[in-house]
Amino acid sequence: MNSSAFDIAADVRAGRVSARDVVEQHLATIADREADVHAFNLVMADVARRQADAVDGDVAAGHDPGPLAGVPLALKDNLCTRGVDTTCSSRILQGWKPPYDATVVTRLRDAGAVAIGKTNLDEFAMGSSTENSAFGATRNPRDLSRVPGGSSGGSAAAVAAGFAPLALGSDTGGSIRQPAALCGVVGMKPTYGTVSRYGLIAFASSLDQIGPFATNVRDAALLLETMWGHDPLDSTSIASPLPTLVQGLDDGVRGLRVGIVEELTDVEGIDPEVRAAVSSAARALEDAGASVDRVSVPSTMYGLDAYYLIAPAEASSNLARYDGVRYGLREEGTDIGTMNANTRDRGFGAEVKRRIMLGTYALSAGYYDAYYGQAQRVRTLIVRDFAAAYERFDVLLSPTSPTIAFEAGSKTADPLAMYLSDVCTIPTNLAGHCAISVPFGSDSVHNMPIGVQILGRELADALIFRVARALEVNRGA
Amino acid sequence: MSVITSASGTEWEIVSGLEVHCELATATKIFCSCANQFGEEPNTNVCPVCLGLPGSLPVLNEKAVEYALRVGEAFHFTVPAQSVFHRKNYFYPDMPKNFQTTQYDEPICEHGWLEVDGVRLGITRAHLEEDTGKSMHMGGAGGRIHGASHSLIDYNRAGVPLLEIVSEPDIRSSEQAAAYVDELRSTLKAIGVSDVKMEEGSLRVDANVSVRRIGDTGFGTRCEIKNLNSLKSLRDAMDHEAARQIEILEDGGEIRQETRLWNENEGHTASMRSKEEAYDYRYFPEPDLVPVQPTDELRAHVRATMPELPAARRTRLMAELSISEQDARTLLSTDGLADFAEAAVVLGAPPRDAALWTTQDVSAHLNVLGGGATVEGLDPGLLVETLQLVSDGLVSRNQGKEVFAAALAGEGRPAQIVADRGLAQVSDSGALGAVVDEVFAANSAAVQEWRDGDDKVRKKKRGFLMGEAMKALKGQGNPQLLNQLIDERLAD
Amino acid sequence: MTSSPARLTRSDVEHVAKLARLALSDAEITEFTEQLAVILEHAALVSALDTSDIPPTSHPLPLVNVLRADVVKPSVGRDELLTSAPDAESGRFRVPRILGEAP
Repeated sequence: MNSSAFDIAADVRAGRVSARDVVEQHLATIADREADVHAFNLVMADVARRQADAVDGDVAAGHDPGPLAGVPLALKDNLCTRGVDTTCSSRILQGWKPPYDATVVTRLRDAGAVAIGKTNLDEFAMGSSTENSAFGATRNPRDLSRVPGGSSGGSAAAVAAGFAPLALGSDTGGSIRQPAALCGVVGMKPTYGTVSRYGLIAFASSLDQIGPFATNVRDAALLLETMWGHDPLDSTSIASPLPTLVQGLDDGVRGLRVGIVEELTDVEGIDPEVRAAVSSAARALEDAGASVDRVSVPSTMYGLDAYYLIAPAEASSNLARYDGVRYGLREEGTDIGTMNANTRDRGFGAEVKRRIMLGTYALSAGYYDAYYGQAQRVRTLIVRDFAAAYERFDVLLSPTSPTIAFEAGSKTADPLAMYLSDVCTIPTNLAGHCAISVPFGSDSVHNMPIGVQILGRELADALIFRVARALEVNRGA
Repeated sequence: MSVITSASGTEWEIVSGLEVHCELATATKIFCSCANQFGEEPNTNVCPVCLGLPGSLPVLNEKAVEYALRVGEAFHFTVPAQSVFHRKNYFYPDMPKNFQTTQYDEPICEHGWLEVDGVRLGITRAHLEEDTGKSMHMGGAGGRIHGASHSLIDYNRAGVPLLEIVSEPDIRSSEQAAAYVDELRSTLKAIGVSDVKMEEGSLRVDANVSVRRIGDTGFGTRCEIKNLNSLKSLRDAMDHEAARQIEILEDGGEIRQETRLWNENEGHTASMRSKEEAYDYRYFPEPDLVPVQPTDELRAHVRATMPELPAARRTRLMAELSISEQDARTLLSTDGLADFAEAAVVLGAPPRDAALWTTQDVSAHLNVLGGGATVEGLDPGLLVETLQLVSDGLVSRNQGKEVFAAALAGEGRPAQIVADRGLAQVSDSGALGAVVDEVFAANSAAVQEWRDGDDKVRKKKRGFLMGEAMKALKGQGNPQLLNQLIDERLAD
Repeated sequence: MTSSPARLTRSDVEHVAKLARLALSDAEITEFTEQLAVILEHAALVSALDTSDIPPTSHPLPLVNVLRADVVKPSVGRDELLTSAPDAESGRFRVPRILGEAP
């Protein structure tokens, strides 16, 4: 049951196990625990069975189904799946069946992966706990009284609970890495532009990026490698050659220069046990031959504020299309304006409305320069400060989340406190860089997992995987 | 300068700038691969991108960029190193994403001009953007929005590439505005970027109009007039709006800056919304698209493939064909007409005749055929051969017109038509002389009156004899030879 | 340096709700006025930075000229699209009456 994606694919391709059996085992696990965890908005049992049978058919016919042959894959429910409900965990999209597949969905199906369900998220990926879902909160499989993080909490929980060895999430300000840390799995945000966003329902277009979840570093690398690459349907997709993420994974960290980011590690609000985990991760890397030093990346301390102007601004525009005219919910009104406003008021949850309001305000006449324009300049500062740090260091290190998974309901009344959960992850999105969260130890009181974050510059994806692998190998030490 | 004299005797002038929206004639829409096609069944040229479905993303059409650059060349624009798309945010149901992707402070073309009747009119900018869908208003009177119970939306037009061309406030009369649009249209058409049909909405004009007293140099408060569907409605609406503003100002009132709609049927403008209600569009850079930086290669390609522009061609036709500006304009007003005349010249027709016969007789032929008839397929050789028959004296000029019309109508080559209709002119002096002798014999009284008469009588009698001779020849006598023979006999 | 804007008021929130087409209740307006003011005060840290010589970054990628060939590709069928529509009539999307012309 706890086979890695790598092993499952190898076994299915060799005909040692059938994809159908693999799917049935995972569906059984889901049947067992999903009621408690609520990782999924939709379990695609029949679709998954048919797809698994097709994979088995390929194997029987002597065709190679691909590198992810028969591996169950959970899809965050903001990824379009043709003819299958895609909701963004919002009432406004409830029941909507996209007429097309996201590019990643097509690519992974072509690689033999078996989509097993659509996972819960904070509505439109806005949140850090997966409590802002119109269809109920997801719980942390490690402790059901706690949140799984968010917004890709359903995907993180699905992997942590053994519902699927692989899952896709999207990361706008930490929405893959933070839940990965809180659920004790590996989660990675690739360099902006390396994975097509076509079919990812937009939250903040200049920040959104699809990335992998897995129980281990190698599976995450395999998943990213399979979906990586240029897509002519996404203007912001870069034509970078396919990196060999998996192949160099065990090349080690000897000679690498690792910098611990002071502004993301040594500041108020970081749980001392989390800080200690970062220190011991640093020691583990040193033991493996890397050199470690502290580094200041000063403007990252403004990342959170810049993010909470830029992301809502883009979101306010991206979410304007949900108006009750072409698809999704409609709440009637006597005229078009009233219908639009009623639909949007009933269709969106509080956090989405809050961010639409914030973003609309930040872009509105008289405030653009002070808020949105200023945030864009801070974004430049962050890019520059990172560039300076990467002249001295190959990768950077920090906590993924300031704390371990918090109690459900503990931050829902205080938006700002919730926003602070993303303080360590946001700068990477603003810069368009890559970063990965890898489990490294647990807290002593609750035995909840702690994640450390490895940050890399643009297109350093293979490098941060290699460092993450080194941590994974040495975490027992 | 065009002066408007008000009822009180004060002299005013219009100050106007025009915003022209031109649909580009690309095969596909600006950000997706749906067909850019007018008149299809509703919602058949739509896809996830132009319908704004969640998760869809735009990709810019290279042809739209190339066409914008052609416009840049045609109107002497500066093309900045980079242009950027923005989102213009407002809610309207014909706009699938509730924002319009358009260019804002970094347009693809800046600072151009065109010349109208010797006056250079500035063009501030031209920028690329997407068109909206179309609404049908139901349950009200005459399909109007006011009083409708509901509306039906077709998104086939959503995402059609538009180039918005914004002029400087250099226009001083409604005639000049119409001439500006006319020049713009013929040039946009000549460079192949748009079919510029105002009636189908592929060219749409909004006019900013203000007035000022002659001698004033400042600008008055302006109103924007929309819904102008023809050059006539542009002229009428501007004149009407100017009169409205002059009346208010002379009564001591103030002009409210607002958008007004032209009502074609009732012949007036009506307020649509005032500036206080103006939208806050919250422009910001479109994060799903990347900047456009036209390459030297693309710009060179555009330059190398530019056709001759209407203004330059007009000047050349006037010189080469020895015709008036009006005739040159006529040649250029119908597709292919000037090409026909020029082709005839190349094939050997005398230039001026070729031009004038084309403007008159080819145009007449198209008129007879009615709407939809085009020059395409007509053989300029027919004109060359007809003019040759005339200059050879085989047919008269008038007969030539008849022959040419028949040839255009497909009755055959001109020479064949002359033969079939027995039109060949009699140019044999012997045969003509015999006819003249017969006429003189039969009309000796008239000949005598000529001999006795003064100049006035002589002219009359001579004309009579000529007419009799031509009648006897069924109109096919060579008039010059006949005249010559009659004069010889009279002189005997 | 950009000076920090004045504290958000209830009427700002009402205006923004109108721009964003959200029919907020009185309770929501009250709640948002308080919450957004707190968030914006935090964000004022950013407004207070001196960034006068710093250009804005609107996008993390330096890509330019991403263009597509002008070639028609088949679209999604109308029926599939109209099936998702809350209301449709005669092959078109049906909406309640529109009160004014497009801006």
